[in-house]
Amino acid sequence: MGKTLVEKILSNKSGTDAVAGGIAIAKVDVAFVQDGTGPLAVRQFDEAGFAKVANPDKSILFLDHAAPSPNQQLSNDHMLLRQFSKNTGVQLSEVGEGVCHQIVAESYASPGDVVVGADSHTVTAGAFSAVATGMGSTDIAVAMALGKTWFRVPETYKIVVNGKFQKGVYPKDLILHLIGMIGADGATYKALEFAGDTIDAMSMVGRLTIANMAVEAGAKVGLFASDETTRDYLIKQGRGDSYVAIAPDADAVYERVIEIDAGTIEPTVSKPHTVDNTALAKELGDVKIQQVFMGTCTNGRLNDFAVAAGILKGKKRHADTRLLIAPASRKVLSDAIAAGYIQTLLDAGATIMPPGCAACVGVHQGILGDGEVCLSTANRNFKGRMGNPDSYIYLASPATAAASAITGRITDPREVV
Amino acid sequence: MLKGQAHKFGSDISTDLIAPGRYFHLRSNLPELAKHVLEDADPEFASIVKSGDFVVADSNFGLGSSREHAPIIIKMAGVAAVLAKSFARIFFRNAINVGLPVLICDTDQIGQGDELEVDLAAGIIKDKTNGIELTFSKIPEAMLKILDEGGLVPYIKKHGDFKL
Ligand code: SF4
Repeated sequence: MGKTLVEKILSNKSGTDAVAGGIAIAKVDVAFVQDGTGPLAVRQFDEAGFAKVANPDKSILFLDHAAPSPNQQLSNDHMLLRQFSKNTGVQLSEVGEGVCHQIVAESYASPGDVVVGADSHTVTAGAFSAVATGMGSTDIAVAMALGKTWFRVPETYKIVVNGKFQKGVYPKDLILHLIGMIGADGATYKALEFAGDTIDAMSMVGRLTIANMAVEAGAKVGLFASDETTRDYLIKQGRGDSYVAIAPDADAVYERVIEIDAGTIEPTVSKPHTVDNTALAKELGDVKIQQVFMGTCTNGRLNDFAVAAGILKGKKRHADTRLLIAPASRKVLSDAIAAGYIQTLLDAGATIMPPGCAACVGVHQGILGDGEVCLSTANRNFKGRMGNPDSYIYLASPATAAASAITGRITDPREVV
Repeated sequence: MLKGQAHKFGSDISTDLIAPGRYFHLRSNLPELAKHVLEDADPEFASIVKSGDFVVADSNFGLGSSREHAPIIIKMAGVAAVLAKSFARIFFRNAINVGLPVLICDTDQIGQGDELEVDLAAGIIKDKTNGIELTFSKIPEAMLKILDEGGLVPYIKKHGDFKL
């Protein structure tokens, strides 16, 4: 019987015939924690009596969620992680380097890998044809120590997307559309496998955005076959030799096949307080926004700022709307400066924040006031997510975010370009 | 046999509602963090929950971030088990890893404040208040092995490896 991507990769990494529904104990290629989940992982590592990390070169501690640290407690957590790195030789990604998932994409994940992180958006690396999934601190502590973890091999939903996006429509709109369609628990415990000519033509950056949000439908992984686009991206990162072609078998068994015509998708927005609460941007023109936040592991990449700068060039943010920009990594910031995007955004009235999670998770920077509304390019709009349970978060693409920053209300980008 | 009162919650109780990001700085101080457990879903919960009580929710409990602090502080608050129609997968796995039983059952029939008796081994929930008896789906075998040892750390300490 043919295999899906997840069955193929887990078979290879477990040395067994991994079939949906079974258990696979797989070798872990990349394991990481961040500053919110890392301190607990370190304590569990010690508690379990481990002394050594199996693969320190590909085990990483990221200081990204509270970076730079806003208070004493989190500064002490950062110290704990720095010390753990010194003791064990694992990699440390310091304050200002960027969001874990972006750096994993830039420097660590390769096709066929098993990537596990103590962060739910670890699924992002699925864009490389990796089995990448989020777990808790204890699971990652054990995975780092033993160099392996256990999986229930998930059943797969094949998402087939064909056709061309309309002007003003981006991969973010596609994934919001899909989540709106199947629901926030529509793919719980499942793998999503993306295919079709829209996906074949899509950049790695677009695939990363989509894989990133697989977890918002409850999925364990969101996978793409690797192809020339994957290879080119790896070559640009100086990691071309890690490329392997991986595709599902033609007779792979899928639990469900969902077909989407990309040409019918319009700029889409998730309304508070769940990601599956979607509507079209053009229906929400009455919603005034006090803050636009552009960044995160979903849409904080160079192409995202290129789109935003294209829309905001020569324009100004609305007087009542703050515009916060957080590049996902130091490299993204550096490239965006070189390309002139940062200057354009500054001229439009933006505030540039250090690379990292910034305002995404309510720890520091950009916390909303009571009753305020934010339009964010992130992946989650749960109540309280950005630090204030009495505030409202809408999610959209960088194009919709840029257009809305100009008008001060939720705006379909086709209105302004 | 576990005995306690039901505290009802709706669907889509995210880890942001359980362990809000604004208390991020308390993650290395779990007893303090536990004082805010489920605060954004029910601000009263932490002050009224008693040891042995149950969290009883609708579907997709624990969606969102991978923060293991969420099941840990539910357990620290004294909650004996979480009952829901369905769970988000990372939360489910984390709960098992920290030794918090998570039971999938039809929670519609349980009322706020109902007195429950849960027999983990037999897979039966008795609602003493309305006299109804419910069954819950079996916890997958691999996870039961971890739960039986009290969580993943004690499991690994005993077995040294995954023997699932
Ligand atoms: S950017 Fe947001 S979603 Fe991504 S890892 Fe950071 S906090 Fe999580």
